[in-house]
Amino acid sequence: MTSVWVVIAALALATAALKVAGPLALGGRPLPGRALDVVELLASALLAALVVVETLGKGGSLTVDARVLGAAFAALAVWRRAPMIVVVLGAAALTAVARLIS
Amino acid sequence: MSILVFSGAAQFGALAVLLAGGSTAAAIAAGVLLNARYLAMGLALAPSLRGRAPSRAAFAIPMVDASWAAASRGDGTFDPWYLVGVSVPQYVGWVLGTVVGVLIGPRLGDPNALGLDALFPAFFIVLLFEEARGRRRIVAAGGGAGIALVLTPVVPVGLPILAAAAAAVAAARRRA
Repeated sequence: MTSVWVVIAALALATAALKVAGPLALGGRPLPGRALDVVELLASALLAALVVVETLGKGGSLTVDARVLGAAFAALAVWRRAPMIVVVLGAAALTAVARLIS
Repeated sequence: MSILVFSGAAQFGALAVLLAGGSTAAAIAAGVLLNARYLAMGLALAPSLRGRAPSRAAFAIPMVDASWAAASRGDGTFDPWYLVGVSVPQYVGWVLGTVVGVLIGPRLGDPNALGLDALFPAFFIVLLFEEARGRRRIVAAGGGAGIALVLTPVVPVGLPILAAAAAAVAAARRRA
């Protein structure tokens, strides 16, 4: 339980620091291009990794279970521009039904 | 966590690492890296903010993805008051939603029977689709997914997500 609060405190401070760093550090001067490029691409790389780990990861191994159906539905629904609530709840519902049947 | 961090990607990302048995340090690192985009967004916002340092910081704190995007005037400048105006209702909804979840959560029984473990990938897919626009971002996303796939069976939980940051460094070397 303590570790959860350590994570929360650290993330709260780090998030605030990241947000104010830019406006405080420079009055209009841009970052070196290379560094800005990496920062801009970080979220895409990490989110894709999270999708993989959350869909296929089970502890320290990979597995295929009902979550794959839910994730596939989510990908299709997002692609068809469904609202986020439909995507997320639909994925959960499909996964639950698949577990019920199997 | 919703009150203090107020960032879906970092909250879910860090919790995903913790719930999978990853270390505290790995969870913090994953959350911080996911929020590293705020550094870039803050830098983009900076020239649009006036006044002294405390006032500039006060406008930067409420910044979240949606309000940052909504406040963009499309010419590289931002409307700071519009940003705050979009952020405040989001914050209220985010915190209230969390309270409801905490109150009814324990009555739901086994969350996996309801498919709730599929909420995580679905949520990340939504965020990824919003984020990964443009060639280099898609390359970074593909690289990050590949790294996670290869490393998950071989290294401790949480590390594959951090290692995926290497894909961003690699993709940044490409021309836009």
